[in-house]
Order: sequence, then structure tokens, then C-alpha cells
Amino acid sequence: MGEQERQRRIEPSDGGPDMVQLVTPEGERVSHPEYDAIADEVTTQELQGFYRDMVIVRRCDNEATALQRQGELGLWVPSLGQEAAQVGSGRAMRTQDFAFPTYREHGVAWCRGVDPLNLLAMFRGVHNGGWNSFEKNFHLYTIIIGAQTLHATGYAMGIQRDHAVGSGDPDRDAAVIAYFGDGASAQGDVGEAFVFAGVNNAPVVFFCQNNQWAISEPNERQMRIPIYLRAKGYGFPGTRVDGNDVLATYAVTKRFLDDARDGQGPALIEAFTYRMGAHTTSDDPTKYRVSAEVEVWKLRDPIARLRNLLARAHGVPQSFFEEVDAEAAEVGTDLRARCLALPDPSPASMFDHVYAEPHPVMDRERAELTAYLSSFEGAHA
Amino acid sequence: MSTMTMAKALNSGLRAAMEKDPKVLLMGEDIGKLGGVFRITEGLQKDFGEDRVIDTPLAEAGIVATAIGMALRGYRPVVEIQFDGFVYPAFDHIVSQVAKLHARSLGNVTLPMVIRIPVGGGIGAVEHHSESNEAYFAHTAGLRVISCSNPNDAFWMIQQAIECPDPIIFYEPKRRYWDKGEVAEAPERDLFSANVIRPGSDVTVLAYGPMVRSCLQAAQAAEEEGISIEVIDLRSLSPLDTEAIFASVRKTGRCVVVHEAATFLGLGAELAAQIQQECFYSLEAPVLRVGGYNVPYPPSRLEEDFLPDLDRVLDAVDRLMQH
Ligand SMILES: Cc1ncc(C[n+]2csc(CCOP(=O)(O)OP(=O)(O)O)c2C)c(N)n1
Ligand SMILES: [Mg+2]
Repeated sequence: MGEQERQRRIEPSDGGPDMVQLVTPEGERVSHPEYDAIADEVTTQELQGFYRDMVIVRRCDNEATALQRQGELGLWVPSLGQEAAQVGSGRAMRTQDFAFPTYREHGVAWCRGVDPLNLLAMFRGVHNGGWNSFEKNFHLYTIIIGAQTLHATGYAMGIQRDHAVGSGDPDRDAAVIAYFGDGASAQGDVGEAFVFAGVNNAPVVFFCQNNQWAISEPNERQMRIPIYLRAKGYGFPGTRVDGNDVLATYAVTKRFLDDARDGQGPALIEAFTYRMGAHTTSDDPTKYRVSAEVEVWKLRDPIARLRNLLARAHGVPQSFFEEVDAEAAEVGTDLRARCLALPDPSPASMFDHVYAEPHPVMDRERAELTAYLSSFEGAHA
Repeated sequence: MSTMTMAKALNSGLRAAMEKDPKVLLMGEDIGKLGGVFRITEGLQKDFGEDRVIDTPLAEAGIVATAIGMALRGYRPVVEIQFDGFVYPAFDHIVSQVAKLHARSLGNVTLPMVIRIPVGGGIGAVEHHSESNEAYFAHTAGLRVISCSNPNDAFWMIQQAIECPDPIIFYEPKRRYWDKGEVAEAPERDLFSANVIRPGSDVTVLAYGPMVRSCLQAAQAAEEEGISIEVIDLRSLSPLDTEAIFASVRKTGRCVVVHEAATFLGLGAELAAQIQQECFYSLEAPVLRVGGYNVPYPPSRLEEDFLPDLDRVLDAVDRLMQH
């Protein structure tokens, strides 16, 4: 490790002067000329709602990690530390908007009203994404890095053709949000998505959670300039926001989703945040990053920050925080119980949805597998 | 002779190849400090430097395509694809460029490139982490496709593959990474030859990669029932060592091909066709296939029902013996 790299790792970037921040890590509201207007419209009650979301999302995430450790999930992908980026952007969406997540957007799923049990079931190996994308306008998790950014763009092009953009009707106009990571920004698919969105002026907001790491590879291995600056080359605005500041993330995302619905085309948001945990429960981050870096980011925790703001500037009483903790504990306990009660799919179900129409090979193999399995039942009886 | 896991054997084989030829370099995601998600390249960046063990950007098309450029400049790139299901972004470059450059250039361009792919299921993983996609590549002329199944082959085959002037898809059965075995002092056979790992007289079982161990277990179980199974580890999927395969089937008169990949247009289909053509008058029974069902790899709670195992191999053997 070179001296320069060592330096960077111990004192990680604070995001730089371009980063939009409305609440400091200490929980102090700071002014930003472009975003104060949106932020000032956010009521204390809404802020409390963001707080509740983040605490519950973290609690569910911890519960899932514990379940994996106990052998109840095959894998878990923690969202720890990224709650503000996910809740801020998730809450900026309207019902008719559509989200295309990666595999880590548990907080966005929560905001869309997707039962977290669905996410746990996927990582338990019960299904490969069994929820209905169209029920909450939250697409299935996409594990193939970057692929969903193009799907999101195509969906947005569909919205344009439905004249559901720029009509002025707030319930009709829709936008799309495409989540991806800092590592994903290297994929050709993501570059192509930027091109398609740009030339079509598609109503899609690209939302990059720069959590500083792509498994073991830091930003320097994926890019030479900050991601948000890349937007300029594709002809749409790019903004870096403090992804651990839920208010700033909400304000920036709301602005660009509103613009997209309004017909002003795509935008790129880089939410500057940090992956506090391992990449997945299979990963060992001590192999490649120093704990001093994690310590610095702990001081920027999104939940503690909002709590300080609420308590100090909004006079929210202690009892509120206690109530939220109690509710989160309840949600977590209930989630655990429902996860443990998930039935295994039946073996023959693997043939069920491969095709929309009946298919002779599925029918034959379903019969073969069923006969094969029952031959054992006979043997044991 | 020393005993080691298959993962360690691959690591040692890569190290030996890098020590022998300074043009050998490794490219892939997370292969540097982390040593790869399976730790196959552990310690190599530390010892050979960042110029020879390259943590690439997260872009498979880019990895394979820049490896083509490296090869054109005289290097011997060994690419790691993190999981089987992540090779597809690079599929275009593998099929349209890697496989064809030697022929197009009338032999002026060689592409001594190895693309390592951890393959197959059985580890309880999420989607895209358990696929068996060898047929796509074996179907593509210009590529050689091989698979190790044990530490000794892993150690020697990776070195032989790196020395080969043709591009090679090198499969590593990921659920066997932690299997231990002896590694010999010298390679015992040609890279593209099959290995009769257990001689027998009643049924020939053809397998490769992860299924070799399962088939050996099946052979052992069958022996107790008085059925003698010959197990052949194909090792090379393209080209096929047809001489060894035909000789065995002519001897036993019965054959079952076993792989994790779906049977429809899989390696088993090709083998069955060639065997019935060349060994027709020796066959006592039709060639059978035991493989994955023709569905997307199922969620992990169902993978035991999807994957061929000892019982399904024995089931096929029993059916053959009824002839
Ligand atoms: C095409 C493809 N290649 C490789 C992988 C393996 N992989 C899964 S996550 C990941 C890192 C992603 O990093 P980033 O985009 O920053 O997202 P993060 O995981 O940090 O949220 C990699 C390499 C994959 N899922 N898909
Ligand atoms: Mg990342």
C-alpha cells in the first residue's frame, strides 16, 4: 500500500465542496441555496417518518444478518450505513414512479411498501425474486451488475410513449429511478443506459450509491473522476449528495424526479455514502480495508444525525425515539418468525413458471421428477 | 507428492506459471488484495505486483476484451470470471473475437488466453452463482474447453492451459475447491486427454468437473451390488478424447453421461450421438444422460432436487443393466 493510498484510507474523503448537504454529521441544519426551498417544506412529522423508516430498515437488516449467521438464509447483503440514501430517495418517489433496484435496496423496498419477508425469502433460496414488480412499482432485485439501468431506461421510454410525462397532471406523470453502485458504474450497460436516456430525454433518474467499495475494490479502481461529473459528458445534470443525510438525499432526488416527470429528462445523482458492513455475509472486509476508515464513517451515521436534528432543532421528545425502537424491535421479531415459517417450495415447482404457455419439456420433466421422488417414498414405506 | 485442496492447487499452479513465464498475468475482479472471492489468487499480487495481478474495473466485457489486447502485445493473460453467471457480458468478445482471431488472421494472430470460470452449483448460492454454461463455449469453434475435478489436475491443467497457444475456457467446479488430494511431481497426461479414474467392466460413466466425485461414489455403491462401473473423467470437453471414450464403451457396452448442465443440447447429447455412431454394434443399451433439468437453475432450497447425485446416477445404471 503506497503512502498516498494509506492516507486516503485513514482519512476518507468528506465528499468535497460540490456535495449537497443539509444536515451535518453532528445533526445541524445547514443552508443550501438550491435545496432549502424543498427542504423547508418537509414537516417535522415527515422527518420523523424518515427516522422511523431508517430505524426499522436497520433493524430488519440486522435481523437478516443474524438469520444468515444462524443458517436460516443462504446469504445476506447488508444495507447497514446506507439507510439515508435509500430512504431519502425512496420517499421522494410518487406512487406511480417505478424503481429498479440492485440487490441491496432493502430501504427502498421498505419505502415502496414491499414486505421485507420477500427479500429474506430470496436470500433464503425460496425464490429468485418472487414479489410482483407491478404491485408496488418495485422491480425484482437484479444481481447482474448494471443490467437494471438499461431496463429502467427502457421503462422510462415507455412512459414517454404513454404521454405520462410533462402532461402537468401530478397523478399521471411518472418517472423511473435506477439504482446502481460505484462499481457498477464501470459496466458497459451503465454507459449505454446513460446514452439511451440522454438521446431519448427519458424520465429516468440514475441513483448511484457510492458506498466507496465494490467488494474489495475502492473507487480508484473503477473511475478516474467522481461519478457525478460523468453526467455532463452524456448531456444531463449530475449532482453529488451526502448520502448519509436523509434530508439532502430526499431534496435532491425529489427535485430530479419532479424534473423528469415534468419532461426535463434524465439526471444522475451520486449519493456519497459508505458500506459499513461486509459486502455480503460471505465477505471478509478485513482483508482489504482498514478499520480506521470505518471509524471515520461511523461519525457520519445517518440515523444518529437525524436523531440529533429532531431532538435539538425540532424538539422531538425522547419518548418518540423509544417508541420507534420498540416498533422496530416488533417488526424485526415478527420478520424473524415469518422467515422461519417460510415453507420450502415443492420440487416440481421449478418447472412452473419457466414459460407462460404450457411446454412439453416442462410437462415431461415435471412428471419424471415426481415419479422419481415417489419411487423413494415407496422404498421407505 | 504433496496434499492440498483444489483451491490451493490452482493457486500454486498459477504461481508456478507466473514464475516460469514473465508474460503471464492475471486479470479479474477482486483478485488482488482479496485474492479473489474463492482466494484462488491469494498472495499473488503481493508477490508479483499490481502489474501482473490486476484488479480490473467491474466490467467483464472490458476484462476479456483488454485481455485480447494484452495477448496481441505478447502477454499471456489469465482472466478470472468471478462466477459462472457473470461471464455473459463478455460473451460477445469470447465468441466473436477470442474464438475467431486465429482463423481470421490465417494463423498470424495467436491468443494464448485462459478464461477461468468457477462453475456449477451445490453451494447454496443466490441466482447466477451456480450455472453450468460449458455447452455455449464447447459449441463455439476456436475455443478449447476444459474442466478440472481434483487438485492434481487443477495444478497441472492450469499450467498446461497457460502454455497452450489457443484460447481456453477453464472450468473450476466451485463446490470441489475445498476437496483435498495429492499433487504429483510431474504432469501425467496430455491436457486434452480423458482419464479413466476407475476401471470397470459393466457400465461406462462419463463425467467431468463436480460430478466426477459423485460418480466415483456411485461406482463404489454399485460395486456392492455387483455392478462394475468404469468412471472416466473427461477433463477436456472440447476437443473430446473420443479414443478413450469409444474404447471404454466398446468394452462395457453401456454408457451414461453425467453433468450438472441441462441435458437438452448439452455435452451428453453430443457424446450420445458420437457414441451411437462409433460404437453402435457394441452397445447393449441406449446411451443415457443424467443432468440438470431444463429449467433456469432453481432457488437454492431446490438445488438438491435439481442436481444429479449418486442416486440418480445409480438409477440410470440400473436402467442400463436391465438391457
Ligand atoms: C456482471 C457481474 N459481475 C460480477 C458480479 C459480482 N459482484 C456482485 S456485487 C459486486 C460489487 C458491486 O459493487 P457496487 O456496484 O459498488 O455495489 P455495492 O455492492 O457496493 O452495493 C460484484 C463484483 C455480479 N454480480 N455481476
Ligand atoms: Mg459499492
